[in-house]
Amino acid sequence: MSDRNVELEIMRYDPDTDQAPSFKTYTVPCPEDWVVLDAINYVKDQLDRTLSYRWSCHMAVCGSCGMMINGEPTLACKAFLRDLPDRIKVEPLANFPIERDLVVVMDDFMDKLGSVKPYLIPKEQKAVEDGSYLQSPAQLKKFKQYTLCINCTLCYAACPQYAHQEAFVGPAALALAHRYNLDSRDVGRSAREDVVASNPGIWECSFVGACSDVCPEHVDPAGAIQQTKIASTMDYFTGFLPGGKS
Amino acid sequence: MSRNPYIRPVSDTTWWTAQPRYIRYMAREVSCILIGAYTGVVTFGLFHLSQGAAAWNGFLETLQSPLSIAFHLLALAFALYHTTTWFNVTPKAMPLQLGETQVPGGVIIGAHYAGWAVVSIVVLFLVGA
Repeated sequence: MSDRNVELEIMRYDPDTDQAPSFKTYTVPCPEDWVVLDAINYVKDQLDRTLSYRWSCHMAVCGSCGMMINGEPTLACKAFLRDLPDRIKVEPLANFPIERDLVVVMDDFMDKLGSVKPYLIPKEQKAVEDGSYLQSPAQLKKFKQYTLCINCTLCYAACPQYAHQEAFVGPAALALAHRYNLDSRDVGRSAREDVVASNPGIWECSFVGACSDVCPEHVDPAGAIQQTKIASTMDYFTGFLPGGKS
Repeated sequence: MSRNPYIRPVSDTTWWTAQPRYIRYMAREVSCILIGAYTGVVTFGLFHLSQGAAAWNGFLETLQSPLSIAFHLLALAFALYHTTTWFNVTPKAMPLQLGETQVPGGVIIGAHYAGWAVVSIVVLFLVGA
């Protein structure tokens, strides 16, 4: 057990009583294997039961415990205290309204995620008895990286475009649209185009690349958006050719 | 208990100072201003070239002023930054998959540098010729 203690400076906001958030500092122990989520759980269990935050799996799978840790969008379950300074500032994810303490309102993200039709749209629906939709390993590899998104929304918290243009569909939703557009079993690209290839879609992105920097699953949404821009541009120009896409 | 979500203000002017990655992004964006200005200088030179030898020589003399040299060095630095940062993200925008194998990003970036070198050599050859 390490003798070290760390000061957790946690942003608190009570919608019933507060006009604006403020910080409250807690001193917590710092065992070698603790992550920031353990420290926050310690605060909740031992020091202040009123603290609200989201978490579930404690293993970077559920995507629930995203928060700003020393100004960086991070999963609290992946941020080891041993790698952080003695004073750690913990805030709710940037660019989202604060519901309470470290809990943010995710409605806007959920709406945008749904708007890109993030599901398989096959050419023909097959009955179960007709078997599965076949796919080669090479076809799977084209999009597998984009299936790894855990909807943690760290990418939205890192994106300055989303901070300034609320209408921006945003990194995770556009990456997921790209994932289905690349899927050999899917024919839904034109159905997604109204949202994806619009101004608030891919064209709002100016390729800051922060979304990919902070992604805990290395999905690379910035890359997905740039690839979609190229595909959309090709659509535009091939539209002028005989038989091209109008 | 009631819902009263709090929206944090975002600065329109200083947001880019919050993270080193935002500063690098802004530097890449600002590079286009220097490159645009350099394009203006070249166009200005072409105009003088069309006005005869005296005008052209006057333009060349202006280029040798300390201010002009400082501008050109700055424009060169930003042009190099612009080029290298864009080359370095090409594997994201143009990934290449051969069968089940992903072509390494370094190969795609390297191909861009190779293309840059070839074009530069061709331009130097044309100018020399």
